[in-house]
Amino acid sequence: MDYKGWNEFEIGAMLRSFEGPTDNIATTLQEDRPYSPNNSFTASVADWRINKPIFNKDYCIDCQFCWVYCPDISIISRDKKMVGIDFDHCKGCGICVEVCPTNPKSLLMFPEQKDGDDALAEWPEKEKKES
Amino acid sequence: MADKMELREIEVWDGNMAASQAMRQVQIDVVAAYPITPSTPIVENYGNFLANGYVDGEFVMVESEHGAMSGCIGAAAAGGRVATATSSQGFALMVETLYQASGMRLPIVLNVVNRALAAPLNVNGDHSDMYLGRDSGWIQFDAYCPQEAYDMNFIAFKVAEDHDIRLPAMVHQDGFMTSHTAQGVCTIDDDTAYNFVGDFKPMNDMLDFEHPVTHGVQTEEDWHFEHKARQHNDLMTKVLPKIEAAFADFEKLTGRKYNIVENYDMDDAEVAVVCMGTSVETAREVAAEVRAEKGIKAGVIGIRVFRPWPFEQISEALKGVKAIGALDRSSPNGTVGMLFNELAGCLVNMENSGVLTDYVYGLGGRDLTKAHLQQIFADLKANADAGKPTTPLQQFIGVRGPKLSFL
Repeated sequence: MDYKGWNEFEIGAMLRSFEGPTDNIATTLQEDRPYSPNNSFTASVADWRINKPIFNKDYCIDCQFCWVYCPDISIISRDKKMVGIDFDHCKGCGICVEVCPTNPKSLLMFPEQKDGDDALAEWPEKEKKES
Repeated sequence: MADKMELREIEVWDGNMAASQAMRQVQIDVVAAYPITPSTPIVENYGNFLANGYVDGEFVMVESEHGAMSGCIGAAAAGGRVATATSSQGFALMVETLYQASGMRLPIVLNVVNRALAAPLNVNGDHSDMYLGRDSGWIQFDAYCPQEAYDMNFIAFKVAEDHDIRLPAMVHQDGFMTSHTAQGVCTIDDDTAYNFVGDFKPMNDMLDFEHPVTHGVQTEEDWHFEHKARQHNDLMTKVLPKIEAAFADFEKLTGRKYNIVENYDMDDAEVAVVCMGTSVETAREVAAEVRAEKGIKAGVIGIRVFRPWPFEQISEALKGVKAIGALDRSSPNGTVGMLFNELAGCLVNMENSGVLTDYVYGLGGRDLTKAHLQQIFADLKANADAGKPTTPLQQFIGVRGPKLSFL
């Protein structure tokens, strides 16, 4: 963002979410929205994450629970299919993992530095139901 | 569509009713209020007008004055014409939100019926609450009587809502002395009054769904200074010319002429008092008397716009005055009076500036009598003749016990 002088910005400590007028924003995908540089969508606000969720599509049933419960709109879902995680905005809270209903879970928390392929290689087996 | 109210050319209103009627005539969208003496009747009358169909709007009952101003801020950010009223302790509780309102550049009008601040608890008028608001970034108008409380409301809405200004404004009147004293008030008919202020023109409003905005953002050391500088710049350079223009329009409409600084008998004045509120009227009367009876060339300077401080206009008024008395109706609590300080700022770089002394008076509704003012003018005359202070710089007027003075 430009560091503008005191006389160069709009008054009122007010920020515009989008460049220019918007129409039907609710039905426009995030990547197609005209976000302004002031909008946090265009910034990475996840640098203090210490644990990250990793997604394993082999077990996902596209129930959308993670998408519904994510408090930071960081689950990327298209046409009701889970696509992945927006790591510029995910804070690593773990709620998506908590609500994932599959067995084994399709989302698990790993340390921030963990390599994705290594994590998938260590994915736990299906837990057997206790009879 | 709200009903019109038939008003007589002159109505007998106290300052509170005058303010309520102005608020009705400009058709406020939202009033969020928590009533407090002596401003209570302003929102009470307004609620009455609303309930009886004279206003199209919303009255929001809240849990405190902090909530009242917060409600006003939300409604103003949403894009409505917004106002409320308060006094004293309620005003003190609002202080945090006052800075939000001005920093967010929301044109809210706040009627402040001036009252002392506890402890000890006191419901009567002094200027402690008005002084408390002076750094909050609001425009502050001062009315000396019910007529002016009525008129200043229209000016306040017109100036505050102007898109070049977009700053909130307070209209001050003295608790009880103005707010509860019924006087003849020349009215403006509903349509003319509304049209003087005009339709509310939203700016960056949250209800404009085509242009979504975030209000109340956080900025740190990289942006905060620029926002505050912008606000200060607009207060210092834009507000007073807009007020002057509004005063000129208002004079054309009503014949009533207001000035940023009101000068009475100042053309040839050797000595002058500077004051606000109802004291201005008493001081004018005494100045005329000491001129006639004692030959003292006395004048009175009334501050009409207290913030932004009219530095140049007051400096101009003080030129050639040999002795000046600042009349402060608030306990300075450990320094010289607020007006003394402000006036000293105007005088310090002026060639041949007059002698400045300070009088603290009228706390908690204590009367300022004509005898007090006669003594003050006599003091000032002695200072003018001597070319230096002949009294301590700060004197307490009208307090019981041994004479109290400092510096």
